[in-house]
Amino acid sequence: MTMLAPPAARVTALPAASRERGRSIVWMALPALVMFLAFGLVPLLGALALSFTTWDNISPIRYTGLTSWKAALSDPGLPHALGVTFEIMILSWLAQTPISILIGVFLAARKRYRGVLAVFYFVPLLLSSAAISITFKALLDPNFGIGSGLGISALNQDWLGDSTLAIGVLIFVVSWQFVPFHSLIYQNAVRQIPDALYEASQIDGAGRVRQFFSITLPQIKYTIITSSTLMVVGSLTFFDLIFVLTAGGPGDATRTLALEMYQKGFMANLMGPASCIAVILVLVGVVLAQLLRRLGGRGDESQMEGA
Amino acid sequence: MTALDAGVPKRIGPAARILRWNWVGGASGWVWLFIVMLPIYWIVITSFKTQANYFVTNTFAPPSEPTLENYRTAIENDFVRYFANSVVVSVGAVVPAVVISFMAAYAIVRGARNRWLRAINSLFLTGLAIPLQAVIIPVYLIIIRLQMYDTLMAIILPSIAFAIPLSVLVLSNFIRDVPRELFESMRMDGATEWLTMWRLAFPLTRPALVTVTIYNALAIWNGFLLPLVLTQSPDQRTMPLALWTFQGQFGVNVPAIAASVTLTTIPIILLYAVGRRQLLSGLTAGFGK
Repeated sequence: MTMLAPPAARVTALPAASRERGRSIVWMALPALVMFLAFGLVPLLGALALSFTTWDNISPIRYTGLTSWKAALSDPGLPHALGVTFEIMILSWLAQTPISILIGVFLAARKRYRGVLAVFYFVPLLLSSAAISITFKALLDPNFGIGSGLGISALNQDWLGDSTLAIGVLIFVVSWQFVPFHSLIYQNAVRQIPDALYEASQIDGAGRVRQFFSITLPQIKYTIITSSTLMVVGSLTFFDLIFVLTAGGPGDATRTLALEMYQKGFMANLMGPASCIAVILVLVGVVLAQLLRRLGGRGDESQMEGA
Repeated sequence: MTALDAGVPKRIGPAARILRWNWVGGASGWVWLFIVMLPIYWIVITSFKTQANYFVTNTFAPPSEPTLENYRTAIENDFVRYFANSVVVSVGAVVPAVVISFMAAYAIVRGARNRWLRAINSLFLTGLAIPLQAVIIPVYLIIIRLQMYDTLMAIILPSIAFAIPLSVLVLSNFIRDVPRELFESMRMDGATEWLTMWRLAFPLTRPALVTVTIYNALAIWNGFLLPLVLTQSPDQRTMPLALWTFQGQFGVNVPAIAASVTLTTIPIILLYAVGRRQLLSGLTAGFGK
């Protein structure tokens, strides 16, 4: 996005008067700051604080040291939820990335019919996860759903009743919902590749496939990192989708960290252990984001400033 | 489509050139269109089928006797109230969120040398990474303590907070592009910062304001976790939550469920039709290359 150039460069050019002016206009930032602190940052610290307490949602909150942590970490549900979370993360990354790149590159061409297709591609971005899940749940009905509709009996499966199939369905629905977003990112990136690179390689006799692998892919390397980060970290927070589609089932086959936390906190009223899971969720997210940034070789440049 | 075109020297974009041949991309483009549109087509035609019709006809065949019965069922089940709740929550959160984010963004850009404002800005940037799930329990606790549990206000307040980081980022990047001479001439004319903000920066920032408004409205309209955790009674339900309860309530009445899904989606599709460009740029605003 052109309007999002790195801010740092321009700040230095500001006149010294802005320091004084800053003092007189600080208050303008206060309403946003207060709201953000009250319902964003304070709750984040609150989750950490609550993880050292015991609270059943009715009686008063009591400080109990590491009791909740011990309970949370000794629960076999936690490693299971971590496993499911990583399984969904990896599979959904594997499914979405090639499709998003293909479609992004496809849409980058300024052809009218592709522009028309794009209008339809992006529709899933508009729908709520609840609406999407409900639609797929009905559509995947083993008796009246997609299998009988298309006359393909192989599609007549108990899609959401079988552990393996349910994960597959989840990956499919996740891709259906989020591929448009990532192809949008790739579309923008491909459009910024300089013309000259293709011209030069053409003179050198590079074929089209060669161009894709030698120019397009290397040129969108950082975009791949950005998109992957968003996919990976984003997959930690899938909640609505799984909650409505499978509710973590069948059994606990699709119970991810976020669902495990909800289950513990708001169903079992174990707010202490649930807060521990919330803290773990944040830690996993931060660690993954850092790892992916290293992978991108961007050193200390922040993901957000790079945006 | 293939090697024949390759030799024709035409002035077209680079991507267009490598893509003319790209049948893999072309085929996947059409396959993906089919995959995207099939469920949408299905939900719409199903919403016009009678329940009896749904069970006997092919699931992808258009309704033999189209009916509006399902829409009546949805509306009779308090759909209008849920719709109104969603409107209240979305407008009630988006308008203040955008206004205070704009003010903060203005201060951050204009007072870039002030260390408080710099600190506030980096705080907001950190905020981009806070997932709602991670803070939902403390937010729930705060809302209970504020005695706001089971009110629409309970959904509105955290929604505002979570809209702020990205809005400030997008708006401040935009305000930064306003030529400094314009601010200077306002100052020469003796305008206060307050006046400059509303008279100068606000109109010039309109495209970015539209973008963040649409983006936040969409996110809040579709929000599920906050209403799920912070409300309880049916008359405080917003639409995504209502859809979820409809699903339990209507059970096998798939056409009625389809009608309610279609109804919740209409406003967004209309918004998309009007402001597609702003909406898409809003979606990638924080992340584009």
